[in-house]
Amino acid sequence: MKRVMVFMAVLVMCLASFTACGSKGETVSTDGSTSMEKVIGALGEQFQTDNKGMTFTYNPTGSGSGITAVSEGRCDIGLSSRSLKSDEKAKGLTETVLCYDGIAVIVNPKNTVGDLTVDQISKIYTGEITNWSEVGGSDLEIVLIGREAGSGTRDGFESVTGTADKCKYRQELTSTGDVITTVGSNENAIGYASLASVNDSVKMLSVGGVSPSEQTILNGSYAIQRPFVLVTKSDKKLSDTAQKFYDYVLSDDAKEVIRSAGVVPLN
Amino acid sequence: MKSKNFERIVHGIFLILGLVTVGCVLLITVYLIISGIPAIKQIGLTNFLFGKVWESTSSNPQYGILPFIMTSIYGTAGAILIGVPVGFMTSVYLAKVAPKKVKAVVESAVKLLAGIPSVVYGLVGMLVLVPAIKNIFNLPDGSSLFAAIFVLAIMILPSIISVSMTALEAVPKEYEDASLALGATPIETYFKVSVRAAKSGIAAAVVLGVGRAIGEAMAVMMVAGNVANMPKLFGSVRFLTTAVASEMSYSSGLQKQALFSIALVLFLFIMLINATLNFFLKREKER
Repeated sequence: MKRVMVFMAVLVMCLASFTACGSKGETVSTDGSTSMEKVIGALGEQFQTDNKGMTFTYNPTGSGSGITAVSEGRCDIGLSSRSLKSDEKAKGLTETVLCYDGIAVIVNPKNTVGDLTVDQISKIYTGEITNWSEVGGSDLEIVLIGREAGSGTRDGFESVTGTADKCKYRQELTSTGDVITTVGSNENAIGYASLASVNDSVKMLSVGGVSPSEQTILNGSYAIQRPFVLVTKSDKKLSDTAQKFYDYVLSDDAKEVIRSAGVVPLN
Repeated sequence: MKSKNFERIVHGIFLILGLVTVGCVLLITVYLIISGIPAIKQIGLTNFLFGKVWESTSSNPQYGILPFIMTSIYGTAGAILIGVPVGFMTSVYLAKVAPKKVKAVVESAVKLLAGIPSVVYGLVGMLVLVPAIKNIFNLPDGSSLFAAIFVLAIMILPSIISVSMTALEAVPKEYEDASLALGATPIETYFKVSVRAAKSGIAAAVVLGVGRAIGEAMAVMMVAGNVANMPKLFGSVRFLTTAVASEMSYSSGLQKQALFSIALVLFLFIMLINATLNFFLKREKER
């Protein structure tokens, strides 16, 4: 029995050593929003090219997990595609806006509707408008495609359109790619996705006459947009490498990289 | 003396390796119970298990998982309803009737089916099955419980076929010979003698299929629509597995704890199924 106990202790220690891989040396570790993968990946790559010997890591877990990770000290910088909630700020976390992401409202290319107002979009998503003919399209039932509860894109979309907790989704999918594929294969469908990820298989709608683009997002005329946020601990100083990365991504040099990733840097 | 030490060391290494598995099971069980209980306590067991509304991120969150439980039960039952007759007939055919060449081809196809990753089932379901259901039944959208049942039925075929085939092939030849000698036709013999003799093995195959169906997440996530509705055949539904998988990545606080509680419920379901499976397998051994 004693022997078994010793082995169990060894086993537990082995497992513990797996989980204890925090930041060390010349590494900056980031963790969080999957929507930010493209932009943070491009920034990290550029950072590693500019600073030989420094390593950048990114763990695509989701905004919530990223915020938890930084508050537990498991990464240097957390990535969130929504602003911090007040209880998260109360835990001693600070947010810095890195850039803005427009959320595009997408329909099937066969759909004849090209423009909706925010009001119409929120009526569609709350189930008040159920047929495309009510907004100038053909006589087809509207199929609402959305993201899963907790997704940054969903949170961004619902808070801008004022439909939080009221959406009558037909499908809740777990990735931007799934949303685009589904909307692309169903002419009844409407969905939303990060502007940077939208491709030709779907049609982007203009909102209140403004089509989504960098300009319209920066000047605020395109309504459905959200911030991409860097999350750090207020009371803990970043490591030298992490500080260097942090300064770099907010510098003017990084703006071009951010732009090329399809999102809009701050002015 | 030296060789004795060597024996001891090897013995120790084997013991450690063996304990890794035991340790993992213990770790998972303990972890699930520890992280699953708090949310159930906070929500209340009845509210949690029998609540019909799941709104985990709403400003007034509700955590009722009855829709998920019912969907998992309906989905699994549906998959068994379609998968078992097909799988059972196939296994009788392969074990008893099929010519050697046909048997070899079909058997390797079944093995291939077992090796296809579930995300591929999901992808094919999403791109082929879901639009087909939409068009055939004239629905606005095809992702539904029905699509999930269909995908699950195909996914459980390999386990049902291979396990019941093994059971049928293990039936002593004398039984069948005796039946044939008494004047029964081959088909009568297979169904009335062989199948009856192999029935606990076939039951084990069914239970294994249930286990596979109830535990599948990826494939059903891609075809079921994932909205927390009470199950409707052509409605969008969410299973126990997909409830955990779809919200886990962005969850926080009580929502995350509640997801662990769902996982605990799922774990209990699987334990129950495993116990049933062991019961059948044990009976088969004793026979």
